[in-house]
Amino acid sequence: MPELRTFFKKIGGLPVLALVLLAVYPFAPVLDWGLEAATGQALHIDRQLVNIFIFSLLALALNLQVGQAGLLQLGIAAFFAIGAFTTGVLTVEKYPFQIGFWGAMLIAPLFGAMGGFLLGAPTLRLRGDYLAIVTLGFGEVMRIVLLNLENITDGPRGLNPVPAPWLPTLVRESLSPAGDASIGVLRAMYFLALIVLAATVVCLSLLEKSRIGRAFVALREDELAASCMGIEPARIKLAAFTGGAALAGLAGCFYATNLTTTAEPNTYDFNYSIMVLCCLIIGGLGSLRGALLGAGLLLGFDNVISPLLTRLLQTALGGESTHVMASFSNWRWIVFGTALVVMMRLRPEGLWPSSRVAEELHETQEDAS
Amino acid sequence: MLDTVLQQLLIGLTNGMVFALVALGYTMVYGILEFINFAHGDVFMLSAFVALTLCGALGLNEHSSAAALAGGLLLCIVASSVFGGLLNLLIDRVVYKPLRKAPKLAPLVSAIGVSFILQNVGLFWGGMAMDVFGGGGQAAAPKAFPNLLPATNLLGATSKITLQPKDVLVIGASLVMMTALYGIVRFTKLGKAMRATAQDPSAARLMGIDVDQVVAATFLIGGALGGFASVIYSLYINTVHYQMGYQNGLYAFTAAVVGGIGNIPGAVLGGLLLGLVRAFSDQFIGAQWQPAVLFGILIVILVFRPAGLLGSTAREKV
Repeated sequence: MPELRTFFKKIGGLPVLALVLLAVYPFAPVLDWGLEAATGQALHIDRQLVNIFIFSLLALALNLQVGQAGLLQLGIAAFFAIGAFTTGVLTVEKYPFQIGFWGAMLIAPLFGAMGGFLLGAPTLRLRGDYLAIVTLGFGEVMRIVLLNLENITDGPRGLNPVPAPWLPTLVRESLSPAGDASIGVLRAMYFLALIVLAATVVCLSLLEKSRIGRAFVALREDELAASCMGIEPARIKLAAFTGGAALAGLAGCFYATNLTTTAEPNTYDFNYSIMVLCCLIIGGLGSLRGALLGAGLLLGFDNVISPLLTRLLQTALGGESTHVMASFSNWRWIVFGTALVVMMRLRPEGLWPSSRVAEELHETQEDAS
Repeated sequence: MLDTVLQQLLIGLTNGMVFALVALGYTMVYGILEFINFAHGDVFMLSAFVALTLCGALGLNEHSSAAALAGGLLLCIVASSVFGGLLNLLIDRVVYKPLRKAPKLAPLVSAIGVSFILQNVGLFWGGMAMDVFGGGGQAAAPKAFPNLLPATNLLGATSKITLQPKDVLVIGASLVMMTALYGIVRFTKLGKAMRATAQDPSAARLMGIDVDQVVAATFLIGGALGGFASVIYSLYINTVHYQMGYQNGLYAFTAAVVGGIGNIPGAVLGGLLLGLVRAFSDQFIGAQWQPAVLFGILIVILVFRPAGLLGSTAREKV
């Protein structure tokens, strides 16, 4: 496959190096040792990394819709929730299905795609900001429905326990040091998520250069010109929307399995959707590496930097202050909000944009001035 | 049954008036700049905190004298309206104005960012208001807004339908504000300039209209309406919460879309309609389904009649 060969030639060493480093990290958590020595507290970076991998999948899903195809969608959490609850229904003891992780992993994206198709088919012809509102509304409707259909979803309690993936005994034992099964499960999730994420990145970058990927970009840039060239806007948009929804469903399946519960439906609210959008804006809309960077930065801030800063703040204030401003996690919306505003003003292409988007944005700025 | 229907009609009408006032802020900005000012609901929320803080500072509560209450209420309304207007204007100047020529996504995302910042400020404000005026609980908990109007039933104590002075205030004051807005837009020079700018900004500029000034006036008026609405809403609901802007803002935006975004009478119609739907769905379907019902209506309207009930079909400007 010549595409694959040029692909590997083009990506160079960086992603491969990152992949290798991440693959050996659980066995030699260097950062953990260093930070534990410095702060005296175990941070469990490998656990955070699993969350980052899963969140990255979700960010890539939204990137396919918003970044590549230019469909502004503010309700990605709805498809994430579809994936998580599909996995819940298919695997928990309450239901007769109990098909386990591997089956759910195939079916959750299907349900996500179905949701995307059903929402997208009638609404994708709407103008950009109306589509944003419809998807926002859909996200809220999904959350309320999941919350209120208590017979099916167990309402605010969520469906649990979602079982860990089944693995051959040999694999399971080799992943569990000294027979510690909980570490084995964690590592299994780590590698599964890493493999799926890597495969997704490869597929998406191949897609980017494929016929349909170029059609996405053409539509995003100029719908009229693209349709004159024989691209069917409705079909291509629906493909991007459905594809993104399927990927979000897959991320939801991983999320529920990793948490061992679907979590309460209120987790999947508007703010969650916006957090994912935040990742893309910070990393760079339309850029795969940007989405990964954004996901890492955002979760890194929430789970590593924010607790560290809170501890520093508490030490500086001398003791345990219960004041609302003394906990750094209460500042997070100011931090994210400011990041969004500043990025839009100074670097609308994001921190690590794809070269194409960066060029386009600077072109339009020159045109405007 | 008839009593219930009449009562819900009244509740829907009062709620709808508040939605309509907030919706006007969304629709006016959208009419001119074609972007959804996501931060508008949070300007509404912070204005309510201004009124709450004023009430606390003046020591107003249901036991104050009638003169103090009337003066305090008037002061709250003026202060919150001025605050809402100026805050909205400031946000436009600092955040949105530099992005006028940027791609459409930029102001929208910035507005979401501003909304987050304001919500966080509201959270801190709630924490500080407690420090200053006492009262326990968490910073994030809803704050009680003093009941400044007597809670008597105007229809007599035996009537099955409750009509309180605050209902009359909400409906009456909203009508006055809407009439005033209609007067400004319809009959003044500024209003003419606003309508011209909404129709075609560049043509308006060619005709000698100072478009920047019109936009500033739009943000000022929209914010002031939001600030005004926040006081009467807080009086009506009797609580203030840092997330009240988010949900009410979304509902108000829905109202603006239902009526036809950019259309001023449409926003009022949409607000009233949404208020009524909300009241009846709470009564007959269940309050826990409220957001699903309202956003469901939003989706259906956008799919089948994207221009809204009163809007003309607006083509997307490329």
